[in-house]
Amino acid sequence: MNKNFTPKIIYFMCNWCGTGGAESASAHHLYYPENVLPYRVNCTGSLSTVLILRAFIDGADGVIISGCHPGDCHYEDGNFRERKRVATIKSIIESLGLEEDRIWFRYVAHGEGKRFVDTTTEFNDYIKKIGPNPLKERSDT
Amino acid sequence: MSKLLKINKGVDEGTKALLEYLLEKDKVEGVITLKTINANQGICYSLITKPEELKDAVPLIPYMPNNEGKLLSRLTLREPLADPIAVVARPCELRAFIELVKRNQGSLKNYLFISHTCPGVYPLETNVNGSLEKKISQYWNKTKNTELIQDTRPACKSCIHFIPDNADIIVSLIGEADLDNNCNIFLSTNKGEEFAAGIEGEIGEKELESKEINLMQNKREEERKKLFEETNIETKGIEGLIEYFGKCIGCHGCSNVCPICYCNLCFFDSQPNETQPSWSESDLDRKGALRLPSGTIFYHLGRLAHISISCIGCGMCTDVCPVNIPISTIFSKVGESVQKAFDYSPGMDVEEPVPFGIYKEEEFTEIGEQ
Ligand code: SF4
Ligand code: SF4
Ligand code: FES
Repeated sequence: MNKNFTPKIIYFMCNWCGTGGAESASAHHLYYPENVLPYRVNCTGSLSTVLILRAFIDGADGVIISGCHPGDCHYEDGNFRERKRVATIKSIIESLGLEEDRIWFRYVAHGEGKRFVDTTTEFNDYIKKIGPNPLKERSDT
Repeated sequence: MSKLLKINKGVDEGTKALLEYLLEKDKVEGVITLKTINANQGICYSLITKPEELKDAVPLIPYMPNNEGKLLSRLTLREPLADPIAVVARPCELRAFIELVKRNQGSLKNYLFISHTCPGVYPLETNVNGSLEKKISQYWNKTKNTELIQDTRPACKSCIHFIPDNADIIVSLIGEADLDNNCNIFLSTNKGEEFAAGIEGEIGEKELESKEINLMQNKREEERKKLFEETNIETKGIEGLIEYFGKCIGCHGCSNVCPICYCNLCFFDSQPNETQPSWSESDLDRKGALRLPSGTIFYHLGRLAHISISCIGCGMCTDVCPVNIPISTIFSKVGESVQKAFDYSPGMDVEEPVPFGIYKEEEFTEIGEQ
């Protein structure tokens, strides 16, 4: 593991449970790694595959997408939609010999501040372990 | 067993006789088939309503100027056909159309599908450099003998879905030793039987599956494996992506001809995708140089994300690429994995929904578990 490597992590969270989890964390004064950059989307289901890919092209080392638990999505099946998109991207990336594990999809509920912090920390450690996204320094893409 | 219609003519003439019959007896309002124009300089699809216009029709010429599925979709995008139209299409063109219909980009209503067991097509350049005409006789010889035709499109040589599942009428080509004198036509649906009823010929029964078809299936599968292994993109990671797509000049020809890429305005041609100076700046800080036009790998990954689930492997994309990137091989290979992950066969069954349209709690539960 490169000690000097601070990953750039994009955390897409839905406006409801995902964001609620982060708010609960702050209410309890829990800290998450500051290199995790939260982006709020209305529902995970509104996040297109192209935007996830763009995050990687534009230099993210890892992407987490977190929405409501199964059955709790405020738009019924947005989280399931996104889960399917994530499955597509993973399968494409894998068949091209790239690392599919730079994308995580997780459920974090409104009150689950601790779970939010644990998820970010776990992911951050994981990305530190696997190292930087090899695309981000390439000038020929 | 399927109904078999035997016409005492070569396959070309037999197919034309069928089209003439359909038009002359007013069974259909028109036919869509390939036709030569400008004294054989051009070959294009045409919608023909007058029987005499069929004289320049070349329904079986091994050439695909467009994926016809895209054309059939444009014709019925706003409303279904009011009267029957017979179309001669290759299996991958039918599959493309089925995919488009599932996405509400057209309607099957009143189309009569005539297809054939498909030996493949030659690349577009053969009609530019004049070699197409010279290749035709070897094409038919190899087809009679159930041989792979090495100079057809790579996508064709390695195509394992060369039997048209959705056709009403199937002209048998592969392994037909007597195709210069005899045209064997399977009437595989009731609709096909009804339309062909009354035409001059012998009616019998036969199985479409034959030992020739199985032999060809094996040859194609072998070729497919070989092609995928040669490209070998999955072992190369980022280097592989750049090795293949680094040459791309960004013309977007591949998405324009792809039947599955049906959006009128592609995201990659749209305003939100324009590079803004501030983005380049942050890219430059990190990279020290920026390829222009930028976003090449992004474009190809994006296209894969959008269409790999439905890629029917027609090979149009590779054929139009000015810098010879084996796009269809890569898209077919990635497509195969994605389709397997979703247990989906594009273009086979119009009733089978595209996976992106139904979302169930119990699927892909491994994603999201900790
Ligand atoms: S046709 Fe070839 S050069 Fe043009 S965008 Fe597609 S891959 Fe790039
Ligand atoms: S990606 Fe290429 S091979 Fe696949 S459907 Fe589109 S044009 Fe045909
Ligand atoms: S609203 Fe939270 S995932 Fe849909």
